[in-house]
Amino acid sequence: MSADRFRRAVTGAYLVLFFAYLFLPLAVMAAATFNSSRFPTVTPWMGFTLGWFQALWQDDRMWSALGTSLLVGAGVILVAVPLGLAAALLLDRLHSRAKTFLYALMVSPLLTPGVIVGISTLVFWREWFGVTGGLFLTVVAQSSFIAAYAMLMFAARLERFDPALEEAALDLGATHGQVFRRITLPYLSPAILSAALLAFLQSFENYNTTLFVRGLDTTLTIYIATKVRTGLTPAVNALSLVLIVLTVLGAVVYEILRRRDERRQAGSAAATV
Amino acid sequence: MTEVLRRYGPVLTGLILLAVAVWLALLVVLPQVMMIGFSFRPSLPPSRIGGPEDVFTIRNYLTLWTNQIHLTIFLKTIWASALVTLATLAVCYPVAFYLAQVASKRRLPILVLMLVIPFWINELLRTFAWYIILAFNGPLNALLLGLGIIDEPQRFLGGDGGVIVGMVYVYILFMVFPLYNAIESLDRNQIEAARDLGAGWLRIHRRIVLPHAKPGIAVGCIMTFMLAAGSYAVPALLGGPNSRWFTEIIYNWFFEGGNWNQGAAYAFILLVLCIAFILAAMKLFRVGLADIAK
Repeated sequence: MSADRFRRAVTGAYLVLFFAYLFLPLAVMAAATFNSSRFPTVTPWMGFTLGWFQALWQDDRMWSALGTSLLVGAGVILVAVPLGLAAALLLDRLHSRAKTFLYALMVSPLLTPGVIVGISTLVFWREWFGVTGGLFLTVVAQSSFIAAYAMLMFAARLERFDPALEEAALDLGATHGQVFRRITLPYLSPAILSAALLAFLQSFENYNTTLFVRGLDTTLTIYIATKVRTGLTPAVNALSLVLIVLTVLGAVVYEILRRRDERRQAGSAAATV
Repeated sequence: MTEVLRRYGPVLTGLILLAVAVWLALLVVLPQVMMIGFSFRPSLPPSRIGGPEDVFTIRNYLTLWTNQIHLTIFLKTIWASALVTLATLAVCYPVAFYLAQVASKRRLPILVLMLVIPFWINELLRTFAWYIILAFNGPLNALLLGLGIIDEPQRFLGGDGGVIVGMVYVYILFMVFPLYNAIESLDRNQIEAARDLGAGWLRIHRRIVLPHAKPGIAVGCIMTFMLAAGSYAVPALLGGPNSRWFTEIIYNWFFEGGNWNQGAAYAFILLVLCIAFILAAMKLFRVGLADIAK
């Protein structure tokens, strides 16, 4: 019994350490925002200030980088979500080896280092179409792997879809277009929303791929990296803190929605049984 | 294929096929093929491209062998990424096991949420957090000085150590979730049975949990190694001129050396390295592609 208690204590201590390891660095970074030191740090503490938020607010280049990121993110949603949807719809109706092969090809961008996705896009579009780095290539390069994430989300939802619904509608004389609009799309709509959210987030935080295809455009993530290396002030921390707070809020809302949806599905499944 | 047509009708099927073709051909396959082809050609000024000098060559690949500095950095990228992978596996396994097998139903959702939240936060920001911690005047030096472990502040930034520590932190969540998913599917009764039959703690893990977790370990290792070897943000922020990463050399070929063909060759070498790691992991853990791409 005492050995058991000892093991439980060790496990508990390890978990506390692990979560401290996950969150302490972020807490330190956040705390440095409020230190009036020129360089972002918490040691020594030079006094509390909110001045770095003001500095951030007045940073024109930050705002323009934010604009670029929003533009790219919107572009990626428009490209990657439909591509992922089409891919999932196709896979859902294929069998055996064709499916395995296509599936492997579709997820391959997720197993490719981001820098290589960027490089291959850069080389290909310049050589074939004479297109150089910029907003367009950034959207294209990011979409090539974000579409795979979207595909996976749609595929997961389609797995629980009852094809008899479509069969019945077709038997009752609905056209294929009607079935898609009235049955398939509404069923997939929660997945469309979450795929769009994930696509935007992935695009917004992307660094490795964007670095190679951005041309002269600067997204917010690129801007932060540049600031850290040249001209770092706690204003970067202020920006990081704002982004983290937004991300955490997004994550919590997303998780709550996902769990509610899961419970509802479990409930309806139980009701039909 | 006929089932696709029957289900979606000709118009929708056409659109679906077109979209998938555009994605896979224009965005995935052709760029890779183009990059590989490009890497086997010499770097020439535009006027001489397609001329007699524009021939198939492996010179861009030989550069890596002849350039001692690049070769050293390439080899370091391999062992350092492997080290990052092993370290994340060691750190994550107990956590994943606890969450999947021990944690109570009541506590589990909050713990998982606490894991998900850092996962959502930008990789660059998580790296930046370590930049502050490791800084010369940063809290880590202050702590170690305060505890009397060191006598004067150390330079943690700008070396391989800082890069590796940062990578373990940044990529840890790509290890913990595959592990958790794999261990979660293990029936708790199996562990109970083994314990009732007198198996010790170590034997239970070696003979039951670890074999069951193989696909998860494979996926976690593949993701972590690929992200570490292909990372640009972490070495760029936490490293320095003396701790360059292979990706930084690739970047320099493109945007400072202006030799895209050479850069493409190095990029392909990096890709081959990652594929080799995937195949090795699949063989080592005896898992198929279907287990990995879940």
